Amino acid sequence: MPEAAPRRPEFLRLADLVKEFGGIPVVKDANLAFNKGEFITLLGPSGCGKTTILRMIAGFERPTRGSILVEGKDISALPPNQRQIGMVFQAYALFPNMNVENNVAFGLKIAGMPAEQRRARVEEMLKLIGLSGYGKRYPFEMSGGQQQRVALARALAPKPRMLLLDEPLSALDAKIRVSLRQEIRAIQRDLGVTTIFVTHDQEEALSISDRIVVLNAGNVEQVGTPFEVYNRPATRFVATFVGTLNTLNATVLNVADRSVAVDGQAFQLAALPPGAAANAPLALTMRPEAVSLGKPNGQDVVLQGRVAEVSFLGSVIRLKVDLGQNMLSLDTFNDTHTPPPALDQRIEVSLNSSDILILPN
Amino acid sequence: MRRGKPWAWLVFVLGALYFMLPLVATIQFALSIRRGTYSLDAFTNVLYDAHFQESFVYSFIIGLCAIVVGVLIVAPAAYFVRLRLPRLRPIIEFLTLLPLVIPAIVLVFGYIRLYNTSSFINLTGSALGTDILLTFAYVALALPYMYRAVDTGLRTIDVQTLTEAANILGANTPTILFKVIFPNIIVALLSGAFLTLAIVIGEFTIASLLNRPAFGVYMQNVGANRAYEPAALAIISFIFTWVAMGMIQLLARFAPKTAPS
Repeated sequence: MPEAAPRRPEFLRLADLVKEFGGIPVVKDANLAFNKGEFITLLGPSGCGKTTILRMIAGFERPTRGSILVEGKDISALPPNQRQIGMVFQAYALFPNMNVENNVAFGLKIAGMPAEQRRARVEEMLKLIGLSGYGKRYPFEMSGGQQQRVALARALAPKPRMLLLDEPLSALDAKIRVSLRQEIRAIQRDLGVTTIFVTHDQEEALSISDRIVVLNAGNVEQVGTPFEVYNRPATRFVATFVGTLNTLNATVLNVADRSVAVDGQAFQLAALPPGAAANAPLALTMRPEAVSLGKPNGQDVVLQGRVAEVSFLGSVIRLKVDLGQNMLSLDTFNDTHTPPPALDQRIEVSLNSSDILILPN
Repeated sequence: MRRGKPWAWLVFVLGALYFMLPLVATIQFALSIRRGTYSLDAFTNVLYDAHFQESFVYSFIIGLCAIVVGVLIVAPAAYFVRLRLPRLRPIIEFLTLLPLVIPAIVLVFGYIRLYNTSSFINLTGSALGTDILLTFAYVALALPYMYRAVDTGLRTIDVQTLTEAANILGANTPTILFKVIFPNIIVALLSGAFLTLAIVIGEFTIASLLNRPAFGVYMQNVGANRAYEPAALAIISFIFTWVAMGMIQLLARFAPKTAPS
């Protein structure tokens, strides 16, 4: 199982963690190590097991096999109320009968904190989330973003040793999502609390995580920094799930000089996969931003094609280029002085052979 | 109601008359104890009757006990069924409907057979024991109403997420129930409570066969031996039910805020 080397002291370890529901495995032998103060994102499509892992860490689900170790101690058998973990839910889960103050103070009351200290801590938390003066409001009197910030304050108030965020931004609109995720990250950095964030949104994961764990069908596909996961995906699933990926069907021409052909256009690869044979098919993958219009920087792979689609995305223009049997997407910056190519126009595109990935299935 | 639909008004008036006329007739009869004039004598006769007060207070106390026991049994049961055993819901719903199909007389004979003086659990041997038995009988009788009221209340909140949110903040099950779940279904609990009280106040069969001085037994006695007082008693009974309904509405206003008013 892939695992990045810890840079900070290890805090949480999932060892051979398995979860089955009715005999069907949902999490398969997960071995993960999370470092103290790290912001880790569990990323994957629906049903990949990311929420199940989070719920096992929280104590809401019992692992079928394996263990969850916090600072070396197995907490698998501890009930959720003894784990000292804070959690923010997708549906906010604020107590509707309590105002903001009482919601934030709930965990502190349970912990037996004296009233005076409790008040001070609640005020401190409301200040931290930028909602000072909202203490007397009820959840139904607040917007989704405000409610989620209160939920964050409530989770952080008892100073948990770990913070779990279960798709906390999913129910919010796009603008609020972006601002709140930045706020969450800033608060997390400020407090240095080890945080595990669950999302299916790759942009969210890439933008705020120290490291990302990509999951697929209960398996850990890759663990790495956003840079590593995006630029050096370990599997085809990671490459396709995180970002957009072109896949070109090529044929090996000559193993000795590493030449291949795509729709009759030959070029050389940086390397061929082991066992490649002449005339064998080969799937080449590359990111749209690795492909350039024309040949601006002396790229070593040049292809000719016809513009099949032009999508204006604001700062970026995405083109689809028909190479014959294959379609290639490329992203180019929107240059206000140069209009994008027209539909059906014959164009030349280029890329570096080192940007071509040959991924295992 | 919009203009041009007089038939809608007609249906409304006919419906209102259907319910109101017998009530007006009963009030008129209750006020006619003196020949040729209206008077409140029938009401004062009833209200100042020591048996009325004793039986009413007795039924009221038994009703309160039934509410407390009922809430403590039904609310946690409905909560756990919804949270942990949702597959059992249809079975539980069927079981809670049984008191509606099993006649009270069958229920009380079953109780007497099970808890008589020669039984291992002798409840009918003492007044206190019989009162306890009567309380539990009323809990069973009100079960369909109490369960449905609580279940409807639980349906309006996200029981699982609220439970998990409280749990991860350190709360144990009793704290979750009393601080988070119950306050959010308080209106449903009050509805169940007042429906229980309304049932208990008028119940006759079980109280009579257990030989307890309940209000239902008193009403039956008055009905069998007097002319005008039963009508006055019926009106008092109605007023009590209306007050109970009004209390549900009134207390709901003081319930913890969960939504815009």
